[in-house]
Amino acid sequence: MGKALRVGDDISTDHIIPGRFAHLRSNLPELAKHALEDTYPSFAQKVSPGDFLVAGKNFGLGSSREHAAIVLKLAGIKAVLSKSCARIFFRNAINVGLPVLITNTDAIDEGDELEVDWAAGLVKDLTKGIELGFGRIPTVMLKILEEGGLVPFIQKYSNLELPGG
Amino acid sequence: MGMTLAEKILSARAKAPCRAGDIVIMPVDLVFAQDTTGPLTVRQFEALGLGKLASPSRTVLFLDHAAPAPSKELANDHRLLREFARRTGAILSEVGEGICHQRVVEDYASPGEVIVGADSHTVTAGGLGAFATGMGSSDIAVAMALGRTWLRVPEGFLVNLKGTFRKGVLAKDLVLHIISRIGADGATYQSLEFMGQGLKGLSMADRFAVANMAVEAGAKVGLFPSDETTHSYLRARGREKDFHPLSPDADAHYVNSLEVDLSQLEPMVARPHRVDNAVPVEEVKGTPIHQVFIGTCTNGRLEDLEIAARLLAGKKARSRLIVAPASRGIFLEAMKRGYLQALAEAGAMLVAPGCGPCLGVHMGVLGDGENCLSTANRNFQGRMGNPHAFIYLASPATAAATAIKGEITDPREFL
Repeated sequence: MGKALRVGDDISTDHIIPGRFAHLRSNLPELAKHALEDTYPSFAQKVSPGDFLVAGKNFGLGSSREHAAIVLKLAGIKAVLSKSCARIFFRNAINVGLPVLITNTDAIDEGDELEVDWAAGLVKDLTKGIELGFGRIPTVMLKILEEGGLVPFIQKYSNLELPGG
Repeated sequence: MGMTLAEKILSARAKAPCRAGDIVIMPVDLVFAQDTTGPLTVRQFEALGLGKLASPSRTVLFLDHAAPAPSKELANDHRLLREFARRTGAILSEVGEGICHQRVVEDYASPGEVIVGADSHTVTAGGLGAFATGMGSSDIAVAMALGRTWLRVPEGFLVNLKGTFRKGVLAKDLVLHIISRIGADGATYQSLEFMGQGLKGLSMADRFAVANMAVEAGAKVGLFPSDETTHSYLRARGREKDFHPLSPDADAHYVNSLEVDLSQLEPMVARPHRVDNAVPVEEVKGTPIHQVFIGTCTNGRLEDLEIAARLLAGKKARSRLIVAPASRGIFLEAMKRGYLQALAEAGAMLVAPGCGPCLGVHMGVLGDGENCLSTANRNFQGRMGNPHAFIYLASPATAAATAIKGEITDPREFL
């Protein structure tokens, strides 16, 4: 269980971690302190391990910087919930072991208590007493996610072929 | 049923039919990273524990985003990449050589290739018919180690071009027009493919500018056919052997399409803080502009400097004016032709070939409340180093005219 931290539509990777912090990209824990600071200035104070970042449409548009997914994970975000997601970010998030769940987030408010039932494919908003289904993650990405990301996946299998075909 | 350009390129490289929606493992013909994504790529590569690069002569590390280095941290990131190149045999493109995407189309990319880069604007090479796409550091590390990547074959989105540009309207106006019509997620994960009789009037510089911004509509790739224009470009660069013609099948299936009459377009300006918030220049004319930036992987090419120099020659810029040629080759040619002389005399600050102030690291960070008009591809809040500044995007002609008057100006006033 974790609480919802809300942002709006079209949050770019420049919003998640601006280019002016490029000098911190080889110091990820320090970089993570600046996650979302231009668009959600109190994010670093409010976030606790296990929380969910809840966004509107087209989350993560813009650059390919994998650091954007990493800083959210390092900040403690358990999963991103959004109505839709830009695809480079979606892939990067899975590659670093951060699930992105596509669901209609309109009903979720800041501070709502959320729980994910992974097997049932449901996000439960305990504050509102509602359940929201989330879209299926493609099989190849699910395998990567299950190993904790792309690097651990390759460490285990040494290639991209999916186990069992 | 016929194939889109993306399906054709991927099928040829996979040596098996690839259809939209298929998940495929593809050989990679070129893999690259730059100085803000490269250090993480190197660390992920080391973590894989696979040792060698699959193809050192087709692996390139570009020092361009923070070049020359503005801080000790970024200078040390450069050292890390230089050391990695030395150890693995990868090619290193040093500070001052230029922006990765420009260097890629100058010397490395060919029609029909599959190219992956740790930078979203890798799509630029789609201008010459390469399936080129941006990925994060982990994916690029894996592509470097295995020489392969996985991907989902994208659906096609056809943009049918007809007519020719009127005076003062450039390729940047076309792509801003398209994005304003379909939105920043209008082509999410699709192959945006540009066809039609209007292509004849589009130079390679035009095609690179348009393909570059395909990702601003969410596209996986932005593809142009490989035709006589592509042939002439490669021949002029001494790479004629890299040419082969490419076009989609006449009966290819596209999930979406758009018609654009080039003769109906106006100079366009994208307003803060969204790329798809673009309007004809008329609607924002007179907005005060403190800084104009001409350069980037979108519009730092010779043709862009030429039109800017033509407008600014003999005049004095009222806005601060920063010009960054996209590569050393462009810098030298622009110098030989007198463009840099004209720009400098008009008050331009000429900075090192590279990304310049586009991503907010250095060389022109904005003050609170300041407006910048830039020829770059992104105007997100905070993009140029200050969340309290405002970025407008436009063509190099609009940028030059704006610099002259110190406010957003229709370039046709000076043409």
